[in-house]
Amino acid sequence: MNSLPGTATSDTPPRAPGQAATSGAPDRTRRGDRRRDPTVPPWIFVVPALVVYAVVVLYPSLAGVGYAFTDWSGVGDFGFVGLDNFRTLLGDDRALRSVGNTLLLTLAVVVVQNTVGLLLALGVNTGIRSRALLRVIFFAPAVVSPVMVAFLWKYVYNPDDGAGLNGILGALGLGGLRQDWLGDPSLALWSVAAMVVWQYAGYSMVIFLAGLQGVPADLHEAATLDGAGTWQRFRYVTWPLLAPALTINLMLSTIGGLKLFDQVYAATNGGPGTASETLSTVLYKEAFVYGKFGYSTAVALVLALFVAAVSLVQLRFLRAREVTA
Amino acid sequence: MSPATYRSYGLELLMTAVAVVFLFPVYALITLSMKNPRQVADSPLAPPLPPTLANFGDAWSSASLGPALVNSAVITAVSLLLLIVLGSTGAYYLARRARGLGYGMYVLFLLGIVLPFQLGMIPLYKLVDGLGWLGTYQGMVLFYTGIQLPFTVFLYTGFIRALPPDYAQAALIDGCDHRQAFTRVVFPLLRPITGTVIILNAVFIWNDFFTPLLYLGGSGKETVPVGVFSFVGQYVSDYGLVFAGLVLAALPILLVFLLLQRYVIKGFAGGLKG
Repeated sequence: MNSLPGTATSDTPPRAPGQAATSGAPDRTRRGDRRRDPTVPPWIFVVPALVVYAVVVLYPSLAGVGYAFTDWSGVGDFGFVGLDNFRTLLGDDRALRSVGNTLLLTLAVVVVQNTVGLLLALGVNTGIRSRALLRVIFFAPAVVSPVMVAFLWKYVYNPDDGAGLNGILGALGLGGLRQDWLGDPSLALWSVAAMVVWQYAGYSMVIFLAGLQGVPADLHEAATLDGAGTWQRFRYVTWPLLAPALTINLMLSTIGGLKLFDQVYAATNGGPGTASETLSTVLYKEAFVYGKFGYSTAVALVLALFVAAVSLVQLRFLRAREVTA
Repeated sequence: MSPATYRSYGLELLMTAVAVVFLFPVYALITLSMKNPRQVADSPLAPPLPPTLANFGDAWSSASLGPALVNSAVITAVSLLLLIVLGSTGAYYLARRARGLGYGMYVLFLLGIVLPFQLGMIPLYKLVDGLGWLGTYQGMVLFYTGIQLPFTVFLYTGFIRALPPDYAQAALIDGCDHRQAFTRVVFPLLRPITGTVIILNAVFIWNDFFTPLLYLGGSGKETVPVGVFSFVGQYVSDYGLVFAGLVLAALPILLVFLLLQRYVIKGFAGGLKG
């Protein structure tokens, strides 16, 4: 280890860094400044992290990309099939449905969750006395397991007339609005979206709240003096300064929406039929129900490309409109 | 009263009404968990009169919640420990060597934040299977440490970059080696971000479902979400029992959240600014 550049203090007298510091610059004569900078820790510091990361993420992901072009079934031999898996995907109604569903579900969650989160944040970020309690109440579902939230909502979405949401509607005299929330193919996906919004709107709220607390009060005062009303102050003072919080919220909810699995799996398992099937549930079933590991990784690759593309586009677009106070 | 006061009361009222609607599923959860099957069927929305606590005892044993809590606690604690050690040491190097190879490695770690884990899901499953680690603690710990390292490294690196290198330098001058300078001087300075790392990773690991379902299903080492999943599947029609199980399973993390809510909310709100 002593031979590694910058690692060993044993081949450098303990006083050496001190001399470098007092003379104002480290010794840069021999190996280039980077290597001689005595404050840079030896690279052995990063090795354990790098090894675990490579084993758990890098190698499997690369292998996943490779398997997407094979007919691997999980056991035994397999062959290279070129783009066959992707061609299959284009003719696979369930997979195509899942692509559409994933995008719709993500769009619904992103729009509604962030709108509700922002409204909650604006409501809580006022002088009202219950604000601390409200913040805790709205955020609490975000720390609970999504699977458990899904089971709770399965009851809320109970098709029985007297129970859950239908029971409430009946009690309010709105019995005509009762639905089979998860059993009706045209509703199931949106019911799942509403459940996700319920769980994570408070999370968006908390990020918006942090952004709101960064809006200087004197800007609001100045705008009021200039005759700006509540809406104008929001539109021209608060909203532009919320851009960083909005960036984070949109990225988090989009990536979360695209990868959503637990809630769908526990609430509908993709049903009824294929009505709420998403890329995540399809790739899970292809692998662990049908044993088509090659095809499943092809679906996963499509999901990865979606996530990467959306992240990049959002980051470029959203960062461009950020301003500082 | 001034118009401003009226408006404030109006807002208070509105927000309280929103909170009441928001809490309806929680009301259903708690009241149903205290009802016997007759009450569940006859008056699902009414308060549980008289309330029964029998469901909780039954749920505790039929969902094997005791062992599941131990499994979750062990897996979460060990993963957190490894994430803190590997994440902070790795980030210390990456933050202090921000150019060349150090920068390349940092970008490589960031890639892991965006990559959906589903892409490597099956090769990793095969790898863990090959090691004989399916159904074991170490399989899950390896998975969580690896999958959460990119985010952890990202948080630590950002924090360390903002930290002046002078403290470590002073320690090196006083004769510490790099390991001592890190453990005695730098690491204690990382306390705020270590808190964030613990909170965000703990919530994720404790609640994760997909991978433990794959790796631990039927092994007796199931974590709480997996245990609850099979419990609900088994007793699906008995809502009182099922909801008592859900209450018990959600209680530990909710209690921790309520005790530490200021830090938890701060961690979630601030941890992602980069």
